[in-house]
Amino acid sequence: MSTLNNKIEEKLYQNRYVVDAGKPHIKVKEHDVPSPALKSLVTTCPANCYAETEQGKVEVVPDGCMECGTCRIVTADTGEIEWNYPRGGYGVLFKFG
Amino acid sequence: MATIEERFDAIVVGAGPAGNAAAYTMAKGGLNVLQLERGEYPGSKNVQGAILYSDALEKLIPDFREDAPLERHVIEQRVWMMDETSHTGMHYRSEDFNEEKPNRYTIIRAQFDRWFSSKVREAGAIVLCETTVTELVKDTKGNVIGVLTDRHGGPLLADVVVLAEGVNGLTGQRAGLRDELKPRSVALAVKEMHFLPQEVIEARFNLKGDAGVVIEAMGSITKGMTGTAFLYTNRESVSIGIGCVVEDLTKSGISPYSLLDSFKSHPSVAPLIAGAEVKEYAAHLIPEGGFKAMPQIYGAGWVVAGDAAHLVNAVHREGSNLAMTSGRIAGETIVWLKRRREPCTAANLAEYRKRLEDSFVLKDMRKYQKIPDMLHGNRQLFNLYPKMMSSIAQTWLRVDGKSKRAKESEIFKNVRKQRGLTGLIADGLRLARAWR
Repeated sequence: MSTLNNKIEEKLYQNRYVVDAGKPHIKVKEHDVPSPALKSLVTTCPANCYAETEQGKVEVVPDGCMECGTCRIVTADTGEIEWNYPRGGYGVLFKFG
Repeated sequence: MATIEERFDAIVVGAGPAGNAAAYTMAKGGLNVLQLERGEYPGSKNVQGAILYSDALEKLIPDFREDAPLERHVIEQRVWMMDETSHTGMHYRSEDFNEEKPNRYTIIRAQFDRWFSSKVREAGAIVLCETTVTELVKDTKGNVIGVLTDRHGGPLLADVVVLAEGVNGLTGQRAGLRDELKPRSVALAVKEMHFLPQEVIEARFNLKGDAGVVIEAMGSITKGMTGTAFLYTNRESVSIGIGCVVEDLTKSGISPYSLLDSFKSHPSVAPLIAGAEVKEYAAHLIPEGGFKAMPQIYGAGWVVAGDAAHLVNAVHREGSNLAMTSGRIAGETIVWLKRRREPCTAANLAEYRKRLEDSFVLKDMRKYQKIPDMLHGNRQLFNLYPKMMSSIAQTWLRVDGKSKRAKESEIFKNVRKQRGLTGLIADGLRLARAWR
């Protein structure tokens, strides 16, 4: 797992971001037990923003987010996350796209 | 920001191919157009393979070749069926594609969209970047009359709002104009930009000058999931990516980047990108649910175009041309209504749908409407068949002292063992029915 994490971090390191400090555009709502949908984001998120905590909860750090929207669609039925676009001008900035 | 006080003929949300086509058409038609884009510059949030289809752009800007940032014109198409160690390919290459006005080009979207936007500005539209539209504004009767943004206090008003907000069409969804996308109807694609010297790309792909090659691939590279991979040659880079249906990804637990890494290390692919410098990793959703997943595309004071309208032909890997064409037709419809001094009511904007039906856009969407369900229930097309083709080819090509007749019967026996004759016929019929 750690080599996988290193690899994705290397990938994201190439990208340009303007992080809106203190204003994450994605939030996981407070929960005791994550649904299978929410849990699946730990592997499905292409920027590896989701992780499982030792307490078995799922948390998100959207700094490397590429704003694809997958997590919002996957958890649309369970409503476990709050997804917004970053403020205008913030977030990922594709040099090539 | 004094101009913001005025009322616009039209507001366009988004500056991708659909939004730019709509804003360009309306500005050229003499309308007072405001276009809003959340990125730092148009293209900075946009991701595509990317192939530009000349025809859709020529209908807007006939002489685009003079100054558009184009990478390579496509002279060769490869389609690969892959298993773990091989690919069985169909290649089509023709000197005819080295024509004066080539039909397809590879492009880099962040650069291309910026160029397209400069044409929109030249045509007279006001383009505001770094501005995220947060809400649609409706009057008491439910007619859309404008938008709210994260940059301006009050509402920005217009006679019509063109929603070209891309696959994540939050504005339209939150206003109740369409539903959230289903994990089964969207593919998640990840892509990397691999930089190599121009002459290395030309040597590896047998190219000269500005000519280019595109490869579309399917098979065991998607590990039993519905999806495809691609490799496109740009001037000094190679775009390489892979995408699978989101529902399949969540069920498999396979991460998209590990899928991309294993595609990149496939023996048929690795030598093509060896030694390249990776300069970007991107991810994007593609609406692939087809015609049946399309939402309502017009209403009182609004129309929707491009990815937000689910206009993608997944079979032919076309999307940006459907986006540009739908944006242009939306723009033309609005200009036409304005000239007739007709209001942008739902009944009048139904003309947009009618014109789209008459164009290739909805004709093609209708033609392939059964394909997404067919693929969903028939994943053997992605796993079994590439393997089968590989074993047939290998049995046939290996010279090993067996007689040709013995080889033929070995091939038939293997095919029957892997799928069975009835299975083969059923797959063929299902595909033919869905294709029709």
